[in-house]
Amino acid sequence: MRIALFATCIVDAMYPQTAQATVRILERLGHEIIFPAGQACCGQMHINSGYLDEAKPVVENHARAFGADDYDVAVAPSGSCVASVKHQHPMIARRYGDAGLEERTTAIGARTYELSQLLTDVLGITDAAAQLGSHYPHQVTYHSSCHGMRLLKLEDRQLDLLRSVGGIEVTELPEADQCCGFGGTFALKNAEVSSAMLADKVRNIESTGAGLCAGGDASCLLHIGGGLSRSGSPATTLHLARILASTMQDPAPAPESLRSGARA
Amino acid sequence: MSAREEILARITGALADSPVARPVPRGYLRASDTSTARLIELLTDRLADYKAHVDVVASAGVPGILAGLLAGAESYVVPSGLPDDWFAHPALEADGAPRRLRDDVSCPLSVAELDRASAVITASAVSVAESGTIMLDGSPAQGRRVISLVPDHHVCLVPASSIVHILPEAVARLDGTRAMTWISGPSATSDIELERVEGVHGPRRLDVIIITDK
Amino acid sequence: MSKVFIGMPPLPAFGSGNLNLTEPFPRAAARELGNQQLRSNLRHATHTIRDKRLKVVAELPDWEELRDAGSAIKESVMADLPALLERFEANFTARGGKVHWARDAAEANAIITELVRATGAQEVVKVKSMATQEIGLNEHLETEGIAAFETDLAELIVQLGHDKPSHILVPAIHKNRTQVRDIFLAEMPGVDPDLTNDPAMLAGAARSYLRSKFLTARVAISGANFGIADSGTLAVVESEGNGRMCLTLPETLITVMGIEKLLPTFADLEVFMALLPRSSTGERMNPYTSLWTGVTAGDGPQDVHLVLLDNGRSAALADEMGRSALHCIRCSACMNVCPVYERTGGHAYGSTYPGPIGAILSPLMTGIEAEENNSLPYASSLCGACFDACPVKINIPEILVHLRGKDVDSRRGRMKPPSQMDLLMKGAQWAFSSGTHLGLLEKGLPLGRLAAGRSKKIKHLPGLAARWTDSRDIPAPPPASFRDWWAKEHVPEAPITQQGGEA
Repeated sequence: MRIALFATCIVDAMYPQTAQATVRILERLGHEIIFPAGQACCGQMHINSGYLDEAKPVVENHARAFGADDYDVAVAPSGSCVASVKHQHPMIARRYGDAGLEERTTAIGARTYELSQLLTDVLGITDAAAQLGSHYPHQVTYHSSCHGMRLLKLEDRQLDLLRSVGGIEVTELPEADQCCGFGGTFALKNAEVSSAMLADKVRNIESTGAGLCAGGDASCLLHIGGGLSRSGSPATTLHLARILASTMQDPAPAPESLRSGARA
Repeated sequence: MSAREEILARITGALADSPVARPVPRGYLRASDTSTARLIELLTDRLADYKAHVDVVASAGVPGILAGLLAGAESYVVPSGLPDDWFAHPALEADGAPRRLRDDVSCPLSVAELDRASAVITASAVSVAESGTIMLDGSPAQGRRVISLVPDHHVCLVPASSIVHILPEAVARLDGTRAMTWISGPSATSDIELERVEGVHGPRRLDVIIITDK
Repeated sequence: MSKVFIGMPPLPAFGSGNLNLTEPFPRAAARELGNQQLRSNLRHATHTIRDKRLKVVAELPDWEELRDAGSAIKESVMADLPALLERFEANFTARGGKVHWARDAAEANAIITELVRATGAQEVVKVKSMATQEIGLNEHLETEGIAAFETDLAELIVQLGHDKPSHILVPAIHKNRTQVRDIFLAEMPGVDPDLTNDPAMLAGAARSYLRSKFLTARVAISGANFGIADSGTLAVVESEGNGRMCLTLPETLITVMGIEKLLPTFADLEVFMALLPRSSTGERMNPYTSLWTGVTAGDGPQDVHLVLLDNGRSAALADEMGRSALHCIRCSACMNVCPVYERTGGHAYGSTYPGPIGAILSPLMTGIEAEENNSLPYASSLCGACFDACPVKINIPEILVHLRGKDVDSRRGRMKPPSQMDLLMKGAQWAFSSGTHLGLLEKGLPLGRLAAGRSKKIKHLPGLAARWTDSRDIPAPPPASFRDWWAKEHVPEAPITQQGGEA
């Protein structure tokens, strides 16, 4: 299968290893990965902040970058960005009465998948250890990001994949379904409420005793990781893609060695 | 322009895009073929959950149950349409038995009289087992809405044949224009720390008699 | 029959009354956050009701079908509102009720005052009602020399405590049992001085206090949960029996209902009475539901009125994207699951309508241009829990985003100097609308790495971004972007031999 990678802006700029891990997992399964060079961002930050005029060129750019027919499916290691591509892009096109853009964005949305969705629903992966060689012998907990959970209805796809990694010990996160308080510019506009939500998330992660909180959205992990780091917590964060890509031969860093390095 | 005309004009203007509503999907359950025995069991369970007391008896046993429930009462209110047969019990007919106060639309008891009564006994129109709801529609055996409200103890007669499983079956049996009260357990509140407390302004004691052969 | 209006349709008329913030949400929220007692009360209460709701919702195999039906019924009500209102009025009137129409809060208050005056009564008993909160009826009646007694336990706590409601269903959710006892001891005439903080005893105190009011009141004022167009029937859903007292004992009953509360037919109750109690108190059914159609001879009030209230609802209806906010049945499920509400409580939202639904309903009713309310649509992390919980499937996150767009556009139109946020968004538009632009910007990543220093953490940023670094670190950026790595270093990995023979 020819798979177009949508790295997402935050992973591209801040967490390249997460995109690399995504590529490695899919190549390991024998698929060809392409990286449409025109890609930038899904525009969610603009849309969710009400800057719809500014979002339109961002949406158009994504439609240009992923508009060609040279791939079978697109994948992104982010539930939130995929939800934006699927739901918000056609909405923006409708708002500006651009029928052509609506058609193109709807078609792109229909073949864009979040990583765990692609692995589970399209590629039939149910056992990461057996099928991907995934191995990560550490205790982790898991935060289900809101948009993957509620907009894409990922249900337990990410957690099931995580549990099937070789050597891993997954400890359930109390109140896992609660928002970490990121919410894009919400973290700036309502910084106090956002920080209060984050503080509860940090406390819940610490209560598990796990050294690491895994998740499927780099933005939430950036937020949670930032909170853990500021509070001096021994725990850190890592994207699910990196845990799935981790093998015995080529292991992802252990939780303790991630503490001061790049998270997610 | 009158307020009525202006509001209607505003709404008409607000709908200038002429929205067309989709047809209402009625895919929810609207009927059930649950057995009477199961309905009685379910209704009993639900009412008990609300802290109501339930007796299940054949009609011949009703006077005895009523006599027991009214033991110690000074007086009780009865709507005019409720048959006297239910009270055919020595403890309800002898001298010194609780006084039976008849209430009727044409000759209503005063609020003060209702407030002094120890209890009230009414029939009911239809009951929903699934939610533990007894519906009163004001017909003569059920009486005015106030009589089942002011006395602190309500005894309600529920014929098994009037029990349905789910709400749509009950709504289909009711006439929407009658003044109605739907009762699910005794008066209750959850206003303090979301903790349910039974008994505020309505009857604090609700006893239900399910009559198996009616 | 509705008339055909020729010429310009009337402009949307925004609502007035208790619908506004008096200070921006972030500031009010920050203050409420500082109240530890409040936060612990709210957490306890919202989590309790959340769990109860999940349990009773799970009992119904057709919950999603009920939500679909509820959503579609409300959509049909909005689409056909003028005709349904006229049908309701005709049926209610035919059975002896009187219908009054009120354009806004002031008009509703004036109508009600006049109706009470006509009875000669100096006091009224009230059933909990959001509509009368919205129009500030109690305060208005007080200035007219009429005393209004709230009879719902929570409303009584709020009224005796000289406080404001903070939740649609449980207005005193911000108070715990000990605080309630203290209010009763200080403010309730004739209260037992040995009152404890036992909820049952507190409820008992309310019963004794209000008993004589109920038995002697001549006028009651209520809201309505539903109005059935086909029969002209009104419904009030409650728990304590205070509603039944008000709806059946006095001679005069005045009900205030928003124009959006209609249902087309009596049978539609089979959907809404399944959705409302479960979503609201987390019960299979509320203890009491009262239904009445105009006047019932010999039973209950013989002088029955209904005030139909617009007060900004028609303006909300005019917003095609936002009008589904009017589907709200005031169950409060959205606030019980909202992480923002859980931490700030209802007072931070200013309006009678707090929480996620308030964050859309209030600005829709007052206009987003109202300076007071333009911070409300931002009072959400867009986590989506409210949409999942809403029994009539109001897509609250989508409407929040829509209103944010309207807010940004309205400020654009006012030609104010650009804010930091405006500049950030403009810059990001440039960066994110082209892979080349973003690639260029990413060449600067090593600079950020430098700024992070040896700790590999950025602990302080200037300006708007300081609101991030006040409580969160940012990791050092990588030496190069993925884009660069892909262009220069990517070598495809060899496929592994799959085990187990699965796809």
